[in-house]
Amino acid sequence: MTDRALAVVRAGALTTVQDRGRPGHAHLGVPRSGALDRPAADLVNRLVGNPPETAVLETTLNGCAVRPRSTVTVAVAGAPCRVTVDGRPAAWGAPVRVPGGALLDVGPAVSGVRAYVGVSGGIAVEPVLGSRSTDLLSGLGPPPLADGTVLSLGRPAAVHARVDVAPQAAPPDELVLRVTLGPRDGWFTPEAVRTFVSRAYRVSSASNRIGLRTEGPALERARPGELPSEGMVLGAVQVPPDGRPVVFLADHPTTGGYPVIAVVRAADLPAAAQAAPGTPVRFVAVRRR
Amino acid sequence: MNVLLVGEDALLVEVSSGDEAQALHAELLRRRAEGSLSAREIVPAARTVLLDGLDTPARLAAELTAADLPPAPPRAGHVVEIPVRYDGPDLADVAAHWGVPEHEVARIHGDTEFRVAFCGFAPGFGYLTGLPPRYDVPRRATPRTAVPAGSVALAGPYTGVYPRSSPGGWQLIGTTDAVLWDHARVPAALLSPGTRVRFVPEAGS
Repeated sequence: MTDRALAVVRAGALTTVQDRGRPGHAHLGVPRSGALDRPAADLVNRLVGNPPETAVLETTLNGCAVRPRSTVTVAVAGAPCRVTVDGRPAAWGAPVRVPGGALLDVGPAVSGVRAYVGVSGGIAVEPVLGSRSTDLLSGLGPPPLADGTVLSLGRPAAVHARVDVAPQAAPPDELVLRVTLGPRDGWFTPEAVRTFVSRAYRVSSASNRIGLRTEGPALERARPGELPSEGMVLGAVQVPPDGRPVVFLADHPTTGGYPVIAVVRAADLPAAAQAAPGTPVRFVAVRRR
Repeated sequence: MNVLLVGEDALLVEVSSGDEAQALHAELLRRRAEGSLSAREIVPAARTVLLDGLDTPARLAAELTAADLPPAPPRAGHVVEIPVRYDGPDLADVAAHWGVPEHEVARIHGDTEFRVAFCGFAPGFGYLTGLPPRYDVPRRATPRTAVPAGSVALAGPYTGVYPRSSPGGWQLIGTTDAVLWDHARVPAALLSPGTRVRFVPEAGS
């Protein structure tokens, strides 16, 4: 192994390698996967001079710590957190030079859930179907980071970015998700559909990269029985038998058997990735454009 | 044919049978190959085909609603042969459901030409149809926490082979050494929608 590598000192609760995922393979049962907060992943790549499809680290709640073997430029964005290099405070949301052998520590999220760590050259694990993303549902891509893991890095771009700092949306105090109803809203009572788009839900601690689970009023079905398996899209709001809506995120299954009452607009999903357990959620019905 | 809008850029096309879903899937793939349809994902399932990543979903919805679905194309392509040992722990239960002696399960299953109706559940897991409806079996009342990779299994009208160890409630009738999914191989999936499949009983099973 060359010195273009990162040693994982503290893997954190769940840190995975993510890029833009592997769309186009759903017919083989392969989820799309990819960074949940794509604007944040794009930003850290931009800050360190990587192309947008470069693989980054996605942390969950309590960050991670890594030690590069040679000097690299890193950037941390997404969930706001304390960043240190060998114990000294470093910038969040801006490029930071980390000397070889120094310890980069990405602290717990002050707000939000997922921080993104971009490294000049990018994380160079072996791609699977064109993507380096860890897919927690189907087990494709590299396993989640463990203490002691060593990750190879790619070659940095010859030309460095000229961005010093970039504005970012703050993680939401209340998550407002715009939805278009259907395709299976007819499987619910009219009262349940009204409840869905008018009452408050909360983000459940059972949420993960597969789905944002919610707690709140149960949605009553108008039609009993089973729905045959059908294809699912990113942002589909599926309602399992307990009646609590689940918003499908990047590692969602490709087919499912529970009715989808609505679909969340793609533009609202990055905020869903940063909504901590307990955050209030409102689903707002909008017309198709 | 019933066409439902899904979110901003997807359609779910509903048909009345699994055979129609397979025919529609073949037709949509044909249109995409000739360049008259642009879709990032075309996902067949039991009674539907999902089209995702469309530029003009509403226009396509109107067009599909008005269209007559061509009949399923003749079964083309080679047949994937999967060697099987009919030694599954649920063989006796399946034989009882079918009302035949155990060795007849292998003969009936091995004499059937299957076709992959759709994939899902795990990369490389195909839902294979081909057995007549009288051979439908229920899922097990209590799913197993771990079904070994290579298990050949039945549920409802479908046959499937587990690409890797996972929980599952299907009735296990046999095992195969065939590799259903290998991401280092091209293609990674042994089975994809439309693939013709035959199970070949291994000698001595």
